[in-house]
Amino acid sequence: MRLAGARGWRRVSPVLAAGLLVMWLLLNQTLAPGQFAVGLVLAVALAWWSATLRPLRSTLHRVDLAAGLLARVLADILRSNVNVARIVLGLVGGRRIRSGFVSIPLDLRDPHGQAALAAIVTCTPGTVWVDLDPDTNVLTLHVLDLRDDADWIRVIKGRYEPALRGIFE
Amino acid sequence: MIMQALDHAVTFASLCVIVAMLCALVRLFLGPAAQDRILALDTLYLNGMLMLLILGIRSSSTMYFDIALLIAVFGFVGTIALAKFLLRGEVIEP
Amino acid sequence: MTATLPAWAALPAIVLLVCGGLLTAIGSFGLLRLPDFYARMHPPTMGTTLGAGCILLASMAISSGLLGRPVIHEILITVFVVMTAPVTAMLLVRAARYRGTRQQKQP
Repeated sequence: MRLAGARGWRRVSPVLAAGLLVMWLLLNQTLAPGQFAVGLVLAVALAWWSATLRPLRSTLHRVDLAAGLLARVLADILRSNVNVARIVLGLVGGRRIRSGFVSIPLDLRDPHGQAALAAIVTCTPGTVWVDLDPDTNVLTLHVLDLRDDADWIRVIKGRYEPALRGIFE
Repeated sequence: MIMQALDHAVTFASLCVIVAMLCALVRLFLGPAAQDRILALDTLYLNGMLMLLILGIRSSSTMYFDIALLIAVFGFVGTIALAKFLLRGEVIEP
Repeated sequence: MTATLPAWAALPAIVLLVCGGLLTAIGSFGLLRLPDFYARMHPPTMGTTLGAGCILLASMAISSGLLGRPVIHEILITVFVVMTAPVTAMLLVRAARYRGTRQQKQP
């Protein structure tokens, strides 16, 4: 039987292991050395074991872009919350609200980046991720307040996609 | 003075969440389609989680946090199972 | 509720609780009010993101103020909700589209 050699240890994703360790410490609300050791062992073991479940690996490149992206996403979430609240309460000055689907051709190819984009889009009220065609890489969104298709293409391609491509590709 | 204001704020927030849960409940009964009911159930779970957090603030106990986390997990699994049933269940039925 | 909460924790908590409660209520009211399923997908997201975020921040502020040390384990719920919301939304929309196309085929 071959014990985990150099190749075995490379399977452990450091980001996943660190995330699991932080989660363990937060759940136990402690920084005690004992819990830290248990958490470390569990995190490394689970990260090693889950590599067989999930062969897809990604590497992070420009993590520094994440802070700007996060700030932008939080600002967008705040703004669209106010917009959706106004639509729900009918405070739109008698304007008729038209909702519909928008198709956006994506350049982002990395599955982790696409997952992050899905989380961003879905967590912003007013837009829901509908579908991503795996062949043509065309993203379909449903937008509550659809004034102009080009606006939304500009938002996705201009505000989110460059940062996500920088981080994941 | 400020603690009284905080008490009122907690009461206000729980009333808001109760109204939200009632809205989701009405949508759950009205439907009309099955996906509307599932969406309403998902919203109901989320509002219930927020209610537990507010109860935790009110009683200043951290025990409610664990229950809220569990409710979030159960809500996710339940919604996924129901949505998956809508997608797959009709494939089998003619 | 104990009377030992410092003002730096209580004041933001009041504002956050009121905002979070209102956002959640408006979001669920939208679920009731909007006309069709796809439009109804959107308002509950308000409760999921900013509404839940406000109440979680308020909870963090209050428990940190009460215990005198930073309590941030509420952030786990935020992370979980952010990671699961797209999965739920995607499956629901897919189910709705599938059922919609089936109903159109059967007159």
